[in-house]
Amino acid sequence: MRILREILRRPSAVFGLSIVLLVVIAALGAPLLAPFAPDEQMFDGLTLDGAPIPPDATFWLGTDTLGRDLLSRLLYGARTSLIIGLVANGTAVLIGLTVGMLAGYLRGPVGNALMRFTDLMMAFPALLLAIVLAALLRPSLWIVALVIAMVNWVQVARIVYTETRGLVERDFILAERSLGAGHLRIVALHIAPHLVPTAIVWGTLGIATTVLLEATLSFLGIGVQPPEPSWGNIIFESQSYFTAAPWLVFFPGIAILLTALSFNLVGDALRDILDPTQRGRM
Amino acid sequence: MAELLLRRIGGAILILFGVAAVTFVLLYWLPADPAVQLAGRSATAQTVANIRRELGLDQPLPIQFLTYLGNLIQGDLGRSYTQKTEVETLILARLPATLILMACGILVEVVLGLVFGIIAALNRGGFVDRAVMTMSFVGVSAPQFVVALFFLYIFAATLGWFPMSGFGTVNHVILPATTLGVLGAGWYARMVRSAMIDVLAQDYVRTARAKGLSETRVIFRHALPNALLPIIAMIGIDIGQFMSGVVVVEAVYGWPGIGQLAWQAIQQVDIPIIMGVTLTSALAIVTGNLVADLVAPLVDPRIRAR
Amino acid sequence: MTRHWMTRTALAGFLALVPLGAQAAGDIVVTYKDDIATLDPAIGYDWQNWSMIKSLYSRLMDYKPGTAEPVPSLAESFDVAPDGLTYTFKIRKGVKFSNGRELVAGDVKYSIERAVNPKTQGPGAGFFGAIAGFDALSGGTAEGLSGIETPDDYTVVFKLSRPDATFLHVMAINFASIVPKEAVEAAGADFGKQPVGSGAFTLKEWVIGQRLVFEKNPNFYVPDTPKIDSFTVEVGQEPLVALLRLQKGEVDIAGDGIPPAKFLEMKDGPDAADMIVDGDQLQTGYITLNVKVKPLDDVKVRQALNHAINKERITRIVNGRATPANQPLPPLMPGYDKSYTGYAYDVEKAKALLAEAGLADGFETVLYASSTDPNPRIAQAIQQDLAAIGVKAEIKALANANVIAAGGTEGEAPMIWSGGMAWIADFPDPSNFYGPILGCAGATTGGWNWSWYCNKDIDARAIAADSMSDPAKAEERAKAWGSIFTDIMADAPWIPVFNERRVVAKSKRMGGPGEIYIDPTRVINYDAIFVKE
Repeated sequence: MRILREILRRPSAVFGLSIVLLVVIAALGAPLLAPFAPDEQMFDGLTLDGAPIPPDATFWLGTDTLGRDLLSRLLYGARTSLIIGLVANGTAVLIGLTVGMLAGYLRGPVGNALMRFTDLMMAFPALLLAIVLAALLRPSLWIVALVIAMVNWVQVARIVYTETRGLVERDFILAERSLGAGHLRIVALHIAPHLVPTAIVWGTLGIATTVLLEATLSFLGIGVQPPEPSWGNIIFESQSYFTAAPWLVFFPGIAILLTALSFNLVGDALRDILDPTQRGRM
Repeated sequence: MAELLLRRIGGAILILFGVAAVTFVLLYWLPADPAVQLAGRSATAQTVANIRRELGLDQPLPIQFLTYLGNLIQGDLGRSYTQKTEVETLILARLPATLILMACGILVEVVLGLVFGIIAALNRGGFVDRAVMTMSFVGVSAPQFVVALFFLYIFAATLGWFPMSGFGTVNHVILPATTLGVLGAGWYARMVRSAMIDVLAQDYVRTARAKGLSETRVIFRHALPNALLPIIAMIGIDIGQFMSGVVVVEAVYGWPGIGQLAWQAIQQVDIPIIMGVTLTSALAIVTGNLVADLVAPLVDPRIRAR
Repeated sequence: MTRHWMTRTALAGFLALVPLGAQAAGDIVVTYKDDIATLDPAIGYDWQNWSMIKSLYSRLMDYKPGTAEPVPSLAESFDVAPDGLTYTFKIRKGVKFSNGRELVAGDVKYSIERAVNPKTQGPGAGFFGAIAGFDALSGGTAEGLSGIETPDDYTVVFKLSRPDATFLHVMAINFASIVPKEAVEAAGADFGKQPVGSGAFTLKEWVIGQRLVFEKNPNFYVPDTPKIDSFTVEVGQEPLVALLRLQKGEVDIAGDGIPPAKFLEMKDGPDAADMIVDGDQLQTGYITLNVKVKPLDDVKVRQALNHAINKERITRIVNGRATPANQPLPPLMPGYDKSYTGYAYDVEKAKALLAEAGLADGFETVLYASSTDPNPRIAQAIQQDLAAIGVKAEIKALANANVIAAGGTEGEAPMIWSGGMAWIADFPDPSNFYGPILGCAGATTGGWNWSWYCNKDIDARAIAADSMSDPAKAEERAKAWGSIFTDIMADAPWIPVFNERRVVAKSKRMGGPGEIYIDPTRVINYDAIFVKE
């Protein structure tokens, strides 16, 4: 409750939160809100030449290059973005927490090996790695989520590692240890709780990165598979029309931007609130 | 210090080796047969087998990797399957374009970051500060391909201020470099702001102020130099971001750099090129991180103490 | 150069800032998106480098411009023995390579052997399979082809191990280009970047990732050819950008064609007639139905799917730049059966056929497609048509190489939309549409017969048709081939979808008939294009 109250005191966070809510409503309510089925290729959705139709009374945001209603596709696209955002980022945060915590707590050869592996992952250009993985695994919604998780966990792991190392050296843990407490007990009772703020902050901020990466992969044609609508693949499919039918790029583009922005704003506010030492910093 | 440096360089080489191994294995598993693709539709099974043998693709994975590694140590990245040219020739031919783009991107990023960071710091807590900080997130949240398409539509197709694509003049580089720089500018603005605020609160700055030094002098003589170090460290860490960014930006703007080369190679499953570009990028990233690590002690005295 | 029409476009502002591509007359600019792979004639095999290789080298045979009729080119004359097993070519005297040396019969022998030699890794080796000694060289047990003899410097004799009605076409294909041994050996593996030939042009400069400059060969043996002094190929150019530059007069030919939106805009524009060249090519876009995957192993199911596809609508998605197809051969190909009607679009009949096959409720399957636009869109249109008869197809849009690999793996890909990898004929002969893509030879691991259709009777008829090498029997042979393809359609291993026309945008100053920009055998005919005064 305190967190929510704090958030409501910040205009930018309120803005972010309301957009997040809008996206959630669009995603959950898509079947009710969408005027058409998202994958219905309508006969009157294309001109006789096969060009998409600009926004009008029937198709509020116009149609795409297959004669489908863009508004309906955008609404269902919100689902794709949110599912991938939550699943991929959730997985990434989980992996990152586990690896970072283990490496920070265990140190020794195991911890070292884990951190070397993290360093190795850091040396990969993220997008290239994601592209190669996507090609290797044949894309579907869940595979895309998995690929993004495999690329994005690294940052979380590094942060958690640093924090865990700081915690391990603190007196109360040293005391616990000398009293012969088991590893599991120390980790569960004394380390994990301290990492909750980090998990919450990254669980939010990371969604923005994830949404962007999904959109980029789909834009390159190797993300979410058609006809499943994703804001990225809507732009991919419409690229060749972008000067003649700019709405096909602008609307989904703005949707991606606003969604990423809102999660960033909320995440930033959460960081301020949960981690006062970082207040005012990036 | 020298010993530390040597150890770091050793570690970096190990990491590069790891990157090579992981990429090689991933590409080996790729469900595509380069020999079949190269041989084309009219090839007989014999032709495909011949091509596969000539490329060494009939060898088991460990042998293929050791061969690759052996050549790599001698600076030989192999030959492109599709272009039949030394991969290092292709990369070297395209690297300058990418470096120009990255340098200009960094310039845009740093300049925007400094300007907005300083403005925000000077108006700390005020409306301008909050507006700048919110805006900084817009840059961070904008997908580069969308920014690129927006820029193309507005500044090239509609207003006609810049060419839509190509390479060669200053006009060509402005849109791609801005697209690349906008992403990081937001982070830099935030970083500069907080660094500035920290510095402005330091005793010596207060003393300088008390001595009656003008505000501009305080900022440019004392605050700014201190805010610059973290930027250098940040640029080092950012190389990875840039390496991903150039793939998209070069693809949309038709910029003749290694990002474009990588994207073409991925579509054609030209494994030697994918390997080469990945290793080049990894080298850049590792070097960038190394620089950041070396700068870090200068930035934060607490690290220096360790 | 008149530019007044440009002021009407929003792009006029460009002019002030960008140095104009001010070319001298007779010097033209061509753009492509992808890098040019190689200009080695034994290796190059994509439609970008195809026309450049054509113009850099010469071959014994060529085509009468705009037709499918092979005529002597580097050869002065040729002679076919009555049994169809010996071809004798007389070579022109005084033809020079661009390195100054005269081209002689030994170069022909060397070049063909090089194309077949496994060390070259050439994709076209198989075309020369009829030449005696092919198996020995290709299998690595011989260094040369015993079937090529050079009694003197100006005579080449080919001995075939079996009659091959397509042999004259084979002598005109890029892989049969003549290269000088000394230049190939000097350049080593880089010959593709430092080409030496005897064609209409020579390569003057190649800046990797940016441009290639071709210059007129003043010694070319065909009089008044080429018509232009040089041409520059700029790579890395997005098709849309290339078009905008073309409208400004900076580009003369947009090699990748016209993106849909731009096509519609230009088609209705005032300069359409001058700038758009729209012509048929030897191409068919099809869906393969894998006869080794259930339930597509049932011919009734395959016929049902053939009835289910609304080809008219699909052509609309490509803005009408294609004509619905009903058989594998494209209309321009000898042997095309005009009277054949194929499977009409008929949803009810499709459902009835499915019901007969015991699948009244439909089934689930997978449709593979190339991930480059517009292919994922076409795949979605196909998906919707299939849904109408209860067939649920999941789309897998992948890089070409992945689709090719899936197609060439037995039992892997039930259906593949061929777009982006569709069959374009290597030479204008119906046999070229059979062996690798519908014959038993292609139905192997790594092959291109993605429906895995293998009919021994049809294979035997194909071999018989290809033995009719007597030119007098050309018509009979074409008929034989035509019936082969319509008989294949009774088994329905494909859904022929459309014959795509090729649409090229050229600047207004480029002259000449449309055929030279969409040549069925050369793609762009650089030898023939010219700049209007």
